[in-house]
Amino acid sequence: MKSRKGITRRGFLKAAGTTAVAAGTSGVWAPAILRAQQQPIKIGHLVPLTGFLSPMGDYATKAGQLAAEEINAAGGVLGRPIQMLSDDETNPGVAVQKATKMIQQDKVDFLLGTVSSAVALAVMEVAERYQKIFINSGSNSDEIRGAKCNYYTFCTEASNTQYVKAIGRYLVKNKNYKTFYILTSDYAFGHDLTRVTRRLLAELGGKEIGHDLVPTGTADYSSYILKVRNANPEVVFCNVAGADQTTFLKQYTEFGLKIDVAGGVTDTVLMWNAGKDTAQGVWTVIWWGDLDNAWTKNFSTKYRQKYGLPPENQAWGDYTSIKALAQAIQMAGTTDSKKVVEAMEKIKFDAGKGRELYYRPYDHQLIQPMYVVSIKKTGNRDKWDIFNVISEVPGKDESLEVIAPTKEENLCNMKRG
Amino acid sequence: MDVTTFLQFFINGIVLGAIYVLLAIGLSIIFGMIGIVNLTHGILYMFGAYATVTLAPYVGFFPNLILSPLLVGLFGMAVEAAFLRRIYKGDPALGLLFTFGLAMFLEQIVRVLWGTQGIPFQIPEALRGAFAMGPIIYSKYRYFIGLCAVLVIAGLWFFLEKTPYGMIIRAGSRDPDMVRVLGISLKPVFTAVFGLGAAMAAISGVLASPLAGVEPAMGTNTGTFAFVVVVIGGLGSFWGSVIAGFMVGEVESFCILFWPPMADASKFALMIAVLLLRPRGLLGRRWERFE
Repeated sequence: MKSRKGITRRGFLKAAGTTAVAAGTSGVWAPAILRAQQQPIKIGHLVPLTGFLSPMGDYATKAGQLAAEEINAAGGVLGRPIQMLSDDETNPGVAVQKATKMIQQDKVDFLLGTVSSAVALAVMEVAERYQKIFINSGSNSDEIRGAKCNYYTFCTEASNTQYVKAIGRYLVKNKNYKTFYILTSDYAFGHDLTRVTRRLLAELGGKEIGHDLVPTGTADYSSYILKVRNANPEVVFCNVAGADQTTFLKQYTEFGLKIDVAGGVTDTVLMWNAGKDTAQGVWTVIWWGDLDNAWTKNFSTKYRQKYGLPPENQAWGDYTSIKALAQAIQMAGTTDSKKVVEAMEKIKFDAGKGRELYYRPYDHQLIQPMYVVSIKKTGNRDKWDIFNVISEVPGKDESLEVIAPTKEENLCNMKRG
Repeated sequence: MDVTTFLQFFINGIVLGAIYVLLAIGLSIIFGMIGIVNLTHGILYMFGAYATVTLAPYVGFFPNLILSPLLVGLFGMAVEAAFLRRIYKGDPALGLLFTFGLAMFLEQIVRVLWGTQGIPFQIPEALRGAFAMGPIIYSKYRYFIGLCAVLVIAGLWFFLEKTPYGMIIRAGSRDPDMVRVLGISLKPVFTAVFGLGAAMAAISGVLASPLAGVEPAMGTNTGTFAFVVVVIGGLGSFWGSVIAGFMVGEVESFCILFWPPMADASKFALMIAVLLLRPRGLLGRRWERFE
């Protein structure tokens, strides 16, 4: 039953994907034809539309379209319009096929996207093989910018180290947790995040009194929650990903445990889905739509006008990536991969985080501040108003590099060119 | 392992099992009666959850335990009358392919109508929090699920075993020709059975809606697990599904206690073990019409 279903499903997705690409192509082509006879700059956009990471995928797609529209309305890049080709990425094998097809058949100039770290690790190899730039807008594993880093891959998404150091700095100053129970998503992202979390524990002098690997897409956490209660730690450190985080929080609240929750990484939509009464804990987010600055207000307003919903941090990731890429292409004066890589390493830009951001040439990681948030329980403006920003890390007077992975923590030996 | 821990995980296994039983039993009835492997079952479960989150703002949570299964049951009957009825005579693979395609289609419909995002939904006020019984502290809502499951299973058993309608269904599933010879038309019976199976899936969806994320992909895994339970229990066997559901719940619960990475795989491992020892499943009997 299972295997038959699997094969057919894959076949179906392939067909659906092709249709989506066809539909997407025709949709974005129209304005391009009207504008000029210029060849569009094509960006192959891989986003998760099914599975436990799908809550983020929709935001990524919409933000990509918005960024492309804005750039095209302003005359494009080097006078050429941007054309987005979106496709579903859910597992590494399929993503490699799709990325390869995008490069070979659709002749995309750049690759963008991914939320699953396992998928990002696979796609970045394709990028290197074909010497095309891949901007990782949503995958966190350190090895993407460390052991497996390559010249053609840039990371707008922060690394697990940046996330965990951010919450770590907050915990060191404000909480004195000594005993931790860690729950880990059983795939690349979770394993990496827990590795980094253990580094933090060593720093805090905290003791790991329990650890469970949780299969992705788990629908029931009751047994894990019972184990946590029996172990009675001071804090549960929740390193599960995607929709699993929402499910965990719902059931954690259901069991009424009084043990604190903290987590290295969250996405706003996961907390929206849980709702303010159910969501809890302190977490790190990369960006949040209510940050008090002009860039964020402008982006949130535009996104909301177009789609009727506020943008989530994954929307920020894809929007920022495309804007940065456009800036680099403009600077390079060409879409030639190597020239654009050099430009990407030089550009500095504002992306709603109050400081100038840049891709570090050493490992191509976007160097940026992170935000430690808690759940806003009272006085919420509407259901989207779910976070209190507790702290921006690093502080305004500190270097942004202090939370970035060091060479000792995450060595990147990239072969240049 | 101390007694309290054992009891906690045992009770948890029972409640997990109860959800699996509710899911699987509908599938089992449909297969036993109509001979169709219903791949839309996970979708019908999702419909139960979506009906709940949609209706709850107007009627509250509890009426959904009746309303949602009723709506989904009617939907199931419509599907049976409009489509499935046409393919009973054909290759058994047709039913499989049709319901598979329909499942895909309906999942996309849900994405279009309700959006791709999950919908936040809370446990009803009255059932929030934990309930302590001696040293065993367990979620009130889950006790409620267990209770509902027992009532539904008992009610269904009574219906199938003790009422004339149930007798026709059971007779029809073993020897449809003889039932027809006795002058009973099976057409409306098939429709009703499919509706009943759909309603059962919806009930588990209603009960799961405050626990799991209500989102378009929620039925995919769940549908697969329902199959695993039915296969372990023996296709078409009522008590087989009940026993298998509780077994799977217990195996999962204790697997998480001792070896969490295997939690998902444990269900399939159990299925493989059972199939190797008893290819027809635990209580599966030899059915002439499927051989």
